[in-house]
Amino acid sequence: MIEEGKEKVWKDYQKEIAEDNYFYARSCIRQNFFPGSEVAFLRILKELGKNLFDDPRHTTCTGIAYHSDIVPFDTTMTVVARHFALMTEAGLKNFVPSCITSFGIYTEVLELWRHHPEIEQKIKENLLKATGRTFEKPENLAHSSDIIYKFRNEIANKSKYRLVNKETGKPLRVVEHIGCHYSKMFPEKGVGGAEYPLVLTGMVQAWGGEVIDYPERRQCCGFGFRQYIVQANRGYSVACSKKKFESMAPYKPDLILTNCPGCPYFLDRWQYVVSEMEGVTYGENNGGIPVFTYEELAGMVLGYNPWDLGLQLHQVPVEPVLDKIGVQYKKEDKYKGVNGKDLGRPESPSCLKI
Amino acid sequence: MKTFGYTIQNDRQIDFDAADKKLYRYVAEKEPDINLCIFCGTCTATCSAAEFKNMSFRKISLFLRRGLTENLKREIESCMFCGKCTLVCPRGINTRNIIFNIRKGIEEYEF
Repeated sequence: MIEEGKEKVWKDYQKEIAEDNYFYARSCIRQNFFPGSEVAFLRILKELGKNLFDDPRHTTCTGIAYHSDIVPFDTTMTVVARHFALMTEAGLKNFVPSCITSFGIYTEVLELWRHHPEIEQKIKENLLKATGRTFEKPENLAHSSDIIYKFRNEIANKSKYRLVNKETGKPLRVVEHIGCHYSKMFPEKGVGGAEYPLVLTGMVQAWGGEVIDYPERRQCCGFGFRQYIVQANRGYSVACSKKKFESMAPYKPDLILTNCPGCPYFLDRWQYVVSEMEGVTYGENNGGIPVFTYEELAGMVLGYNPWDLGLQLHQVPVEPVLDKIGVQYKKEDKYKGVNGKDLGRPESPSCLKI
Repeated sequence: MKTFGYTIQNDRQIDFDAADKKLYRYVAEKEPDINLCIFCGTCTATCSAAEFKNMSFRKISLFLRRGLTENLKREIESCMFCGKCTLVCPRGINTRNIIFNIRKGIEEYEF
């Protein structure tokens, strides 16, 4: 990658990200896949002194059902309108979704309403009839990774660890993977555009790591909604991830960083599936390549307990990265619940080394 | 090895740098009009063999350009050399001669 050229591209794709007072829209699937991530986001913003409202009345955006052709777009728009109504009721104007699919949905709905005010009017009427609520559109829409990107230098200043190998002193080699709906649909809505998004690259560089450029960098992880939802189609999903693994493995990455709910899950779990089905692994010593969400990585450099971040829920163990950086953690606490009770050990894979 | 109710699809990406184009070059030398093909599919629409077999001159022409010679060998066996495709080609390409030369090329290069 020619850095100078990309810096120019990145300058053309800068978006406004609100400074404070956020309405947080949680993701349905992230809370199940990597539940520590959203908790870490709330904790990081609290420590940065930011005001954030996490509304328990918030629901799914219907994104997955919409992209699977199960829910009509009118329904999706009305549900989105309700979310905006909750934000308006809270007296906030900056909407921060945790999910990339949701971010894509909100962006798509706002863009549609911008071009077709009559549809917005119809949805306003629908919402009023259904719930008695009214809403204002958000003044600022930013994904939660945009927020972490905005405060990446503040996080770096507070950080306890750097993304540097403590033995060699060299920066860790990081594969950054952007969720497709972050900027592939609306490139101008993502920091750095669609081809070379800066959002995760900026974090990695601020925290001391080195980003790897590899041929299939912008390839989808394969989640693809319908590809995954129908069991017989899951081979397409694995094939997409496998294509990425084969492309990135020769560059010997230390970790993969993602900003989407589906990508960390599938890039993590499919490594196990490929190892079981084909006996192939992509990491060092028959291990996998650890996959992190940006909140987990931010929490890790800030010195949070890895097990509070939920890193024990990863299929590919994260300990090699923790050891390289020199993070202090208790191995024996990996499978203990918050009350200290042992939760038992998961079954070991037959091929992937854990 | 475990199965999870699905298989991992093989990548169908075509690497044009690695594609074997010698058969295409052989045919183009004998019948240069192959380069005039616009892949309209009229030849396939009129093909008698296509009624009964998975025969498509359009597909054959595409496989040839992509260097997918393995698929080509199987496809081309269905051709009966009736020449209807040549009669209907809007670009006036001698498609019959192209198929003839593909067969000769396959024999020559022992694909």
